[in-house]
Amino acid sequence: MGGREATMVLLDENGIRCDGRKIDETRKIMIKAGVLKNADGSAYIEFGDNKILVGIFGPRDVHPKHMSDTDTGILRVRYHMEPFSVTERKNPAPSRREIEISKVIKEALEPAVMLEKFPRTAVDVFIEVLQADGGTRCAALSAASVALADAGIPMRDMVAACASGKVADTIVLDVNNEEDQAGQADMPIGYMPNLKKITLLQLDGILTSDEFKKCVDVGINGCKIVYELQKKALTDKYFGNGSN
Amino acid sequence: MENKRKYVIPGDLVTTGPFRPEQNVILEGKNIISTSIGISEIYDDSVRVIPLTGKYIPKIDDLVIGKVISHSSLSWELDINSCYVGFLPAQDVFGRDFSAHADELSSKLKTGDLVAARIANFDRTRDPLITISDRDLGKIDSGALIKISPSKVPRLIGKRGSMIQMIEQGTDAAITIGQNGWVVVSCESPEGLLKAKKAIQMVNEKAHVANLTDQVKDMLESKGES
Repeated sequence: MGGREATMVLLDENGIRCDGRKIDETRKIMIKAGVLKNADGSAYIEFGDNKILVGIFGPRDVHPKHMSDTDTGILRVRYHMEPFSVTERKNPAPSRREIEISKVIKEALEPAVMLEKFPRTAVDVFIEVLQADGGTRCAALSAASVALADAGIPMRDMVAACASGKVADTIVLDVNNEEDQAGQADMPIGYMPNLKKITLLQLDGILTSDEFKKCVDVGINGCKIVYELQKKALTDKYFGNGSN
Repeated sequence: MENKRKYVIPGDLVTTGPFRPEQNVILEGKNIISTSIGISEIYDDSVRVIPLTGKYIPKIDDLVIGKVISHSSLSWELDINSCYVGFLPAQDVFGRDFSAHADELSSKLKTGDLVAARIANFDRTRDPLITISDRDLGKIDSGALIKISPSKVPRLIGKRGSMIQMIEQGTDAAITIGQNGWVVVSCESPEGLLKAKKAIQMVNEKAHVANLTDQVKDMLESKGES
């Protein structure tokens, strides 16, 4: 994992990272539910410098018809990065990376969403990355889960996601873009906090088995932090001006 | 019990113990977990969550309001604000002696017409079959269509129809509520129509507020005096 800038200090002697965070600290996260009027459900997330908008349609008729399944509903996910989301213009056509992320997000949401209640229909998830700064798949997955709940699609649990990784030989939570480029490993985790099940786990880099276990634990703690914010976003929208 | 009603989101634990899971809850081991955003209610032996969002799922015998989207030579297709399209066979309108050669479907119902209908049959293998051969069903000729969230229809009706009766009496309007969240209001006076519309929108926006009935009542009365 050769670093781009050999001079950059990723972790100083006091345990402070390149953007001033501690090793077990996430970036600043803000989630808002129900931001779009025309979609059935929507959410907006700011995860550090990541800005992502998610819209949900469905359950609705499947077009083309041959894709529909008579036993269950289907989930379709499109992850898309805006041309202006990165420093150099990104071609808006779906890239190999975007197709992969669409697939992993779909597979991370599927265990949570109870599609069997809606046979012959499709739920469409549209994820637009407005600004990217490392860890977009986790942020997108967290926002998609809030948007699905906002659309009223029955779910067994929310899916919260957060990355952990290895930077300067230390396991850290929520890897940002610089750490991702120059660090040693990056592990995005999707987690259902109430069912205590992992729905997404990827690893880019090399970890020993002890480091791996620690990395998973740190990532799950991050997911729990994200989950509290997801909960707050939904509570604010639906129970905002009524007391419990 | 202090936790009889509470606000829940998907994945939240509603309760544990020997309860029967009803609407919008699942049993995971011993725990009863909510599957949607809503208000949980625990009864003597059952638990359910009243959802605050979500699409309309057809149920047999529901009164719905549909919009004709197309027709073939044998049936109409209706948009019933659901994930499935309503299927209205021509025999239902023309009677037993319907003939595909002699009768023209568009002479009875045209694309865009609103229809009050009832779900005659529905299961997960087929699209909902609807009927308009009953009293008070059929084409809607006049009135204003208001779309609200289907999950808020029970709130608009209120306990034994209290909310809707109050709005009807306060405005002299005739209101038809479809379980699918489409509501038709017809009223002689334009003021009454506006007021009824406003009251329905108010219920839609503030469905979770506890003293909503009083708020709607205040609104209906205050406007009446001015």
